[in-house]
Amino acid sequence: MRSRHRIWKYGDHVNTDVIFPGKYTYSVQHDPAALARHALEDLDPSFATGVRPGDVIIAGRNWGNGSSREQAVTCLSACGLRAVIAESFARIYYRNAINNGLLALTCPGAVALAQSGEELLLDLDAGELVIAGETLRLAPLPPPVLRIVEAGGLIASLKQGQGK
Amino acid sequence: MAATFSEKVLARNAGRSRVQPGDVLDITPDVVLSHDNSAAIIHIFRQLPQQRVRHPQRLAITLDHAVPPPTPQHAQNHADIRRFVAEQGIRHFFEMGRGICHQVHCEEGVVGPGMILLGADSHSPHCGWLGAFGAGVGRSEVAALWATGQLWLRVPETMRFTLTGGLAPGVMSKDLALQLIGQLGADGANYKAVEFDGAGVARLSADMRAALVNMMAEMGAKNAFIAPDALTWDWLETQLQRTRPNDWQERLAHFRELALLSDADASCAQQLEVNLDDVEPLVSCPHRVDNTERVSALAGTRVDMAFIGTCTNGRLEDIAAAARVVRGRRLRARLLVIPASSQVLADAVAAGHLSDLIEAGASIGTPGCGPCMGVHAGVPAPGEVCISSANRNFRGRMGEREAEIYLANPAVVAASAVAGEIIHPADLAREA
Repeated sequence: MRSRHRIWKYGDHVNTDVIFPGKYTYSVQHDPAALARHALEDLDPSFATGVRPGDVIIAGRNWGNGSSREQAVTCLSACGLRAVIAESFARIYYRNAINNGLLALTCPGAVALAQSGEELLLDLDAGELVIAGETLRLAPLPPPVLRIVEAGGLIASLKQGQGK
Repeated sequence: MAATFSEKVLARNAGRSRVQPGDVLDITPDVVLSHDNSAAIIHIFRQLPQQRVRHPQRLAITLDHAVPPPTPQHAQNHADIRRFVAEQGIRHFFEMGRGICHQVHCEEGVVGPGMILLGADSHSPHCGWLGAFGAGVGRSEVAALWATGQLWLRVPETMRFTLTGGLAPGVMSKDLALQLIGQLGADGANYKAVEFDGAGVARLSADMRAALVNMMAEMGAKNAFIAPDALTWDWLETQLQRTRPNDWQERLAHFRELALLSDADASCAQQLEVNLDDVEPLVSCPHRVDNTERVSALAGTRVDMAFIGTCTNGRLEDIAAAARVVRGRRLRARLLVIPASSQVLADAVAAGHLSDLIEAGASIGTPGCGPCMGVHAGVPAPGEVCISSANRNFRGRMGEREAEIYLANPAVVAASAVAGEIIHPADLAREA
């Protein structure tokens, strides 16, 4: 099934401090509205007020490097963001995204075609996206990762008794 | 068949005779690390069917990120954690002021050679300087580890750095780390294990090894490793006698049983040789760690505040290096020194380093993370320039978007605090 999404485009090496500032790490933890207010605060002040449910971020290399703080993922979920599509992800960010049900899609070449405010078509069943008239393949998810995604995240999978 | 350290330690843990990079294994870590974020992890843990922690003896919880607590909310986090620790019978609990989790775990023998540590902290690779496998994970994953004791890990490819030569006087392992990160980039080791070997490693002190391994997180490394050698075992013996007078011999014997080496002929994704003779003091410029320059290229850059501390460069040798630079001088920029642990603080007092720093005009903070991630304890004002011995200089990292952070070794940080501008310690000495 294909779905249509508006794009927010960013560059390489976007770190977790600019996605969700460290100064809030031990005070803004669970409240979705508060998390959403600080999303990308030190990267793009227009994001938190302008983002709409279903939007996607397209970024370059090493999205989410730096701190392990999970709010760098949950602040984006709280905004209703559908996916982060990047050339590559920092490894802890990638795990946190999977575990919190935020789609982290690796798609080399997407950022070069992306424009903020434009739209793309996402087809997860086919494992591809269509952007600026071109169809790109998404990197497949490893099986243990796919099981967690299908359960709706790590905690959901444990609640369903899939964890040991 | 030859294998890397990471392949060996993960295979043994998972009960497999042999593993390949890319294999996904269920791992039962020996140590599960968390800190002030334990309050948030408790919140997640309470949603799970398990009401009891599976292996309470494997948890290690340290209050270090916001200590002493700057607001009632941070104090409440600590109170929630203390209640949970008592309720679940968690033995490895370290109160505020004891120090930064990574440093305290090494000092207390919580982690040692051949062990696996998973932590809700990106600098969890730190313990690799003792020959352990440490990797960072997220808060939800630590909640899952508390409940089940297990987590999936992918076996990493290994990058091996063979070190030759030795660091010149005034050059520290921080400079080597910044050189590697500058060359290979902030994702140069993403998903990979880093190993350091060669004759150059033997010439690095314990504190220099710790800083080097710690900084590999800034290259994206999953873990980083130095094989235990004579220096490691001497350090452990002295240290365990100090913190574990009743069971240090058993603990040391346990580490000796667990210790694993990496095979010299194991297949590595990348092998590089680095001559330590060629390393010189470097600075990471705003707002990326891999944006490195020679100190001389930045000489004269105004400095408003300087910070020496953190899990990267807050140990005794770091403070000693800073004290040597400032002794008998007055600071032009304000300097904040926060020892990485209470042991480091006590040793720095005993050695007279803190007197040297205080007489020059420095202020001293409670052992912990300090202002590293901008929560409290000495954050910069808008427009100010900070030079720091910490590990990250991202925009807003120290709490203020419009501040600039430069990263350097502690001697360069101290010299720059004296001069009020970025300066090479050797140039400061010439000016006097």
